[in-house]
Amino acid sequence: MNINLTLFGQMIAFVCFVLFCMKYVWPPILAAMKEREQKIADGLAAADRASHDLELAKEKAVERLKEAKQEAAAIVESANKRGNQLVEEAKGAALVEADRVKASAQAEIEQESNRAREALRSEVAALSLAGAEKVLGAAIDQEAHKQLVEKLAAEL
Amino acid sequence: MAAAGETLTISGYIVHHLTNLTYGKLPAGFERHAADGSVSVVPEGGMWTMANEGTEAAAMGFTAIHVDSMLWSVGLGIVFCWLFRSVAKKAEAGVPSGFVNVVEMIVQFVDDTVRDTFHGHNKLVAPLALTVFVWVFLMNLMDLIPVDLIPHTLALLGVPYHKIVPSTDPNITMGMALGIFILMLYYSIKVKGFGFVKELTMNPFNHWVFIPVNLFMEVVGLLAKPFSLGLRLFGNMYAGEMIFILIAALFSAGIAWLVPAGLLQMGWAIFHILIITLQAFIFMVLTIVYLSMAHEDH
Repeated sequence: MNINLTLFGQMIAFVCFVLFCMKYVWPPILAAMKEREQKIADGLAAADRASHDLELAKEKAVERLKEAKQEAAAIVESANKRGNQLVEEAKGAALVEADRVKASAQAEIEQESNRAREALRSEVAALSLAGAEKVLGAAIDQEAHKQLVEKLAAEL
Repeated sequence: MAAAGETLTISGYIVHHLTNLTYGKLPAGFERHAADGSVSVVPEGGMWTMANEGTEAAAMGFTAIHVDSMLWSVGLGIVFCWLFRSVAKKAEAGVPSGFVNVVEMIVQFVDDTVRDTFHGHNKLVAPLALTVFVWVFLMNLMDLIPVDLIPHTLALLGVPYHKIVPSTDPNITMGMALGIFILMLYYSIKVKGFGFVKELTMNPFNHWVFIPVNLFMEVVGLLAKPFSLGLRLFGNMYAGEMIFILIAALFSAGIAWLVPAGLLQMGWAIFHILIITLQAFIFMVLTIVYLSMAHEDH
């Protein structure tokens, strides 16, 4: 337990170690720790920003969805309108067509009945002539009575 | 183990454990007692040699050096530098692992303590505090190595004395305390300039009549700082070491003492883990506080 030169030896060693620590140990370790701290802070900030962005995106998505729904509703509505319009148009066209068909059918019927009437008329003429022939028992002068019979037939 | 000329008594055992391996200059005319009983007288001009016993070490006075203390203290300092330098090289902003974590935790702890206590701007204080903390801790840690293990092994190899706990040597603790004292003076003068003189002379009685009284009180207060710093560590570690030695001496008291002594040894060692850390921490905190005081103008 004597005080001796060890005192100064320790002082010199102390100075050396402190200088070494100050120069080669403390700065790199602290710099690395500071850098990591910064990195973590940045990471957290980025995460915050990302969650904020997500929130915004969600809001946007909801808005877009709403818009899309409205648009779809509008489209459906206009389609319905158009459909109704088409139906109306088709109905009109069909009516016109039906009228046309009816008219032509009527014309045909008219024609047919006329033709039938004509045929009948000639038939009746022939028949009445034949009938008259039988009744009279004598041949009617075809040429002489033809005019009469035809007049009769025309009256039918 | 007893060196030449000593018998193995309890007090001899304890004294032996408390003697440093000393290399120094024996004064002229000193009588050396060799192991075989022959006496040789140190010639004119003195002689540099390794002390063979405590009386020789005492006779060397100031011109001596505790080889064991210096070797262990410098060795542990190098261990500290090497460990922390290896981490400093590896340190990067990525994910730390293993030992890097431990070192960063210590650095963070020291940095926080310095930030809490020291408010000036000084690049030296934090590395100084780290060095003080880890180095003192490592020196104190040697206390937990069984007291006979290394000294006895070395004794078998022919080294007569060996103390492996540098912080039980007042030279070591006072050496550090004096280093810090010089820093305190340097920064006091550098930061306060003439204010330092004023602080020494005009406190606590602010009148020129009281200058001698003030100066006396302030100088005593100033000198008390390094002494309390160095002697506190020394006293604590010395007492702890002493108790380890006493417990170790118990083992020689007979087979019946084996178990109680073993339990005592273990208990004290576990308690000592707290003490060595606490003393290293106190030494560091006081270092920071003293330097902080040197930086603050009143």
